[in-house]
Amino acid sequence: MNNVDLTVKIGSLVLQNPILLASGTVGYGSEISEFADLSKIGGIVTKSISLNPRKGNPPPRITETASGMLNAIGLANVGLEDFIKNKIPFLKEIGSTLICNIAASTIEEYVECVKTLNYEDTVEAFEINVSCPNVKDGGLIFGNDVNNVRIITEKVRAVTNKPIIIKLSPNTASIKDFAQAAKDEGADAVSAINTLVGTAFNIYTKKPKIKNITGGLSGAAIKPVALAKVLEISRNVDIPIIGIGGIMNWQDAVEFMICGASAVQLGTVNFINPNASIEIIEGLKNYCNETKLEKISELTASYLI
Amino acid sequence: MIEKNGIVEEVTEIQPGIFILRVKSFQIASVAKPGQFCNIKVNDSLTPFLRRPFSICDVEDDVISFQFNLVGEGTKVLSNKKKGDLLNIIGPLGIGFNYSENFENAIIVAGGIGAAPFPFLISNLAHNVSVTSFIGGRSKKDLIKYKLKNIVVSTYDGSEGFSGNVVQLLESEIHKYDRLKTKIFACGPNAMLRALSKFTIEKGFNCEISTESVMACGFGICQGCNIEGVNSDRFLLVCKDGPVFKAEDVKL
Repeated sequence: MNNVDLTVKIGSLVLQNPILLASGTVGYGSEISEFADLSKIGGIVTKSISLNPRKGNPPPRITETASGMLNAIGLANVGLEDFIKNKIPFLKEIGSTLICNIAASTIEEYVECVKTLNYEDTVEAFEINVSCPNVKDGGLIFGNDVNNVRIITEKVRAVTNKPIIIKLSPNTASIKDFAQAAKDEGADAVSAINTLVGTAFNIYTKKPKIKNITGGLSGAAIKPVALAKVLEISRNVDIPIIGIGGIMNWQDAVEFMICGASAVQLGTVNFINPNASIEIIEGLKNYCNETKLEKISELTASYLI
Repeated sequence: MIEKNGIVEEVTEIQPGIFILRVKSFQIASVAKPGQFCNIKVNDSLTPFLRRPFSICDVEDDVISFQFNLVGEGTKVLSNKKKGDLLNIIGPLGIGFNYSENFENAIIVAGGIGAAPFPFLISNLAHNVSVTSFIGGRSKKDLIKYKLKNIVVSTYDGSEGFSGNVVQLLESEIHKYDRLKTKIFACGPNAMLRALSKFTIEKGFNCEISTESVMACGFGICQGCNIEGVNSDRFLLVCKDGPVFKAEDVKL
């Protein structure tokens, strides 16, 4: 069997394979395109775009931890106008499905960004970031309150027909309630998880290793947590899930799909192996051949519990 | 570019705690420029998790070398590499030194392991450029002289050469140099680079500094190695906008 069908559907969005590159780990595509053929991946999720440019947090803003890293970049980005003018043309050229991640300080700002980007044909879907742990205004303030997630989903749904993905935080008591709220208000999918709040200190200076004090934990260390969250949503809410959290290889990607993910995003691994996406797609093909799976979409939520 | 199979030629401890790692990689060696760096995955495991960035110390034919001291897990793993081991290396990365300008004197200022990028720079300077290397360390044992030229030494504890730091040493010697015919290249701890930048800007010397930072990717996507620029409304990235900057362009 050679012709494995790797396509997956996220609501009305069809991806040529389930491997997406996660927001904040690939910039706007140009740097990583030197290492990986982005036309072969399922899609790329941009660095969070906000209405106005954001400088981000002062250094140091990353530190390594056991099998992972903490970051507090603080949503540094070029802003909506520059993104449309200078980043979209390149993203169009690479021929990869483009999902725009939106971050905002107010509900109105989310709406404004989605409304403006809705006119851009290259943007095929939106991922709404209600879960950044590293900014004081917005981010988790929204993601920790199910009513805010409800309102944001409702308001952005009203201004676009393109697929909407709500990116959920693991830093909540019950992630399934947030997924249900997103579904109720018309979101096409949820992505889970964003990073976990963590910190690290230097034992001699007694100072935090990142200036923001806390940061978002990512990398292999968080995979078991992410899998449990994906499974929790999958067992309780009927909505497509994009799995994120510590995927380092194709085996991890398969595990996420078994636990309920329709597609997955690669994040921190891009920093270590910028060609990981291509290698993982090859691994998925081989796995399907080996296990005689004709369509990879059949893997989604195939858990036997 | 990714060199998946850089072949370790040798690891040598040139003095207690200071190592030279030589790796065969035609594709990196053929395009590397002085002041650039490589981001090395020291093994295939999750520990250490991230790559480790190192200045390119020298290039001879298709062999690149890196100079490092033992600071943690990553450098410990590297120090134990054997001839024939394979290393996964991304590089060359970043913007290196600009040595194409017209100058007669090159002044190297290096603090401790900050000496790392200079053998490669020195071997690429025009033959008629006169090189002086000002190096500093806490004590005699911290001085790294590997492949440097015309070395002038400072130590904090006075165990060798000038007693004080390397910037004070340079200040005491600078009257010997015509600022219009001299270029300064520096690398070392931030405190040293900060003092040096202040001095060279005041005296009107052309000075480039090689900075370092914690980083994950090394090529601009993690955004973790930011540094404050002068008159810049965004942060600069050590990996992509640097690691070499004009002294007047960054705030350390």
